[in-house]
Amino acid sequence: MELIGERINGMFKDIKEAILNKDAAVIQYWAKRQEEKGAHWLDINTGPTVSPEEQPAVMTWLVQTAQAASTLPCCLDSTSPAAIEAGLKVHRGQALINSTSAEQSKMDIYFPMAVQYGARLIGLAMNEAGVPKDAAARAALAMELVVNADMHGLAMEDLYIDPLVLPANVAQDHGPEVIEAIRQIKMLASPSPKTVIGLSNVSQRCNERRLLNRTYMVMCITAGLDSAIVDMEDDLLVDAAAATEILLNRSIYCDAFLKTFRQR
Amino acid sequence: MAVAIVKERWTGQVAEMNMGLEPNALKVGGESTLPFLPFEGGCPNKPVVGLEVLDMEPEEWPETLKIQYGDALTDPAAWARKCVDFGADLICLRLISAHPDQKDTSPEAAAATARAVAEAVNVPLVVLGCGMEEKDAGLLAAVAEALAGRNVLIGCATPNNYKTITASCMVHGHNIIASSPLDINLAKQLNILINEMNLPLNRIAIDPLVGPLGYGLEYAYSIMERARIGALTGDKMLSMPVICFIGSETWKTKEAKTEDNQEWGEQARRAVLWESLTAVSFVQAGGSVLILRHPESLKQCKTHIAAMTGATK
Repeated sequence: MELIGERINGMFKDIKEAILNKDAAVIQYWAKRQEEKGAHWLDINTGPTVSPEEQPAVMTWLVQTAQAASTLPCCLDSTSPAAIEAGLKVHRGQALINSTSAEQSKMDIYFPMAVQYGARLIGLAMNEAGVPKDAAARAALAMELVVNADMHGLAMEDLYIDPLVLPANVAQDHGPEVIEAIRQIKMLASPSPKTVIGLSNVSQRCNERRLLNRTYMVMCITAGLDSAIVDMEDDLLVDAAAATEILLNRSIYCDAFLKTFRQR
Repeated sequence: MAVAIVKERWTGQVAEMNMGLEPNALKVGGESTLPFLPFEGGCPNKPVVGLEVLDMEPEEWPETLKIQYGDALTDPAAWARKCVDFGADLICLRLISAHPDQKDTSPEAAAATARAVAEAVNVPLVVLGCGMEEKDAGLLAAVAEALAGRNVLIGCATPNNYKTITASCMVHGHNIIASSPLDINLAKQLNILINEMNLPLNRIAIDPLVGPLGYGLEYAYSIMERARIGALTGDKMLSMPVICFIGSETWKTKEAKTEDNQEWGEQARRAVLWESLTAVSFVQAGGSVLILRHPESLKQCKTHIAAMTGATK
């Protein structure tokens, strides 16, 4: 289970201010902190306050600043292809692009970009028509992503399909559909594409957010989830991921399994 | 239609351990693939095969085994030289006389024996205690000090005595054997505990306490496979080379100890087959260091390894 630390995101107040003031210390604190907590990737998002023209420069700065403090690879999170490419140019190691949708015009940009930079790519199971309403519609869009990966020569293990999680309070019926979609996506190709979700979405504006997040993550891992963008400050969430790996026999049990999971 | 060779993309590898001193040092481990599948990964080192030397004349050994060593059975240094003449890659000295039920030899006297053996041969050494956890902690610390700088493989450490033995190995520059009773979870946990004392992962060997043919071989076989697959898929705490004490286990079996009879045939042939079959099975399961007792089993095991690695006889 790969955990992608969500914290370096301009939607958080301290990150937004750090971007405005070019304050590297805050970015580096969160880069290091999430690595210590057991993250495998650092999500990097410039946030909504940065203007489109500024986004590439801010992405460049964030990636370089974060990687100066942490050995982790980054998950470059932006709707701007120019910002993603700017991040890829300075990134050390194998980056993860977040994301393309299943719209052909977007796939035509991002799949060649991923191949050119040797990066992995998150593909959202949605298109111009919006978020699908059930598992079958999500799987159909996932298939288009799989076909495009094949066409462009992106290894199936480097494609991460996101079936799109919605909040449990306003879109409760989507919860089980996403779980079923994960199950179906894992059967679309051999080797199968990977799967990813933006976990914290499930509990937006809900009570007991961390409990909802953890529980949903475990349910999704059982269905075949490979990675999630998560709150690394939730130690019990990381513990739950470690325990699930053990219970699914994905890693060999030892008494120190919570520790070895964080060291991987 | 062309047939594509299916290759597994492994992400991890077995740690590479150095034993002994140049120019007679040996390397084991380092594989980034399953045993003898070089088409999909690296197999930089062959499994190595050693013979066992005891620090007192063995009472329990069958005549067919004793006769191989003759008078040397009373002199560990001469015995070790004989093993080298038989073609052993390394010597495994077992200090059984230190056991309270045997002669209760003092750590100092046992360490002196270890030094005498080390000086008698130029191949790498494995030195084992008497098997009693409390005694072995002090005994192996004394051995580690007496053999300081010789890069010996010392064992066996258990969850109850690993601290003293690990500390001695770190101070005096040795490798350690971590023993766990056919339990991969305990093996992993013991490796973690030893590594937490800052002994590097490539200085630990796993001893899964193998059972011989007919007496639990399958358990050890599957555990060794599981450890190898763990290592190849990135589990660093199972990425150590595996040592198998085959001789000591095989020669306890009734198939090896029973004299010629009608049902089982000739003992000399049967016993050697029992030991060499056990050995080649564990070679296939991923064993890196194999410790045997009979020179003919050693020869057969080495022939098998040479054949598997494509070397000409």
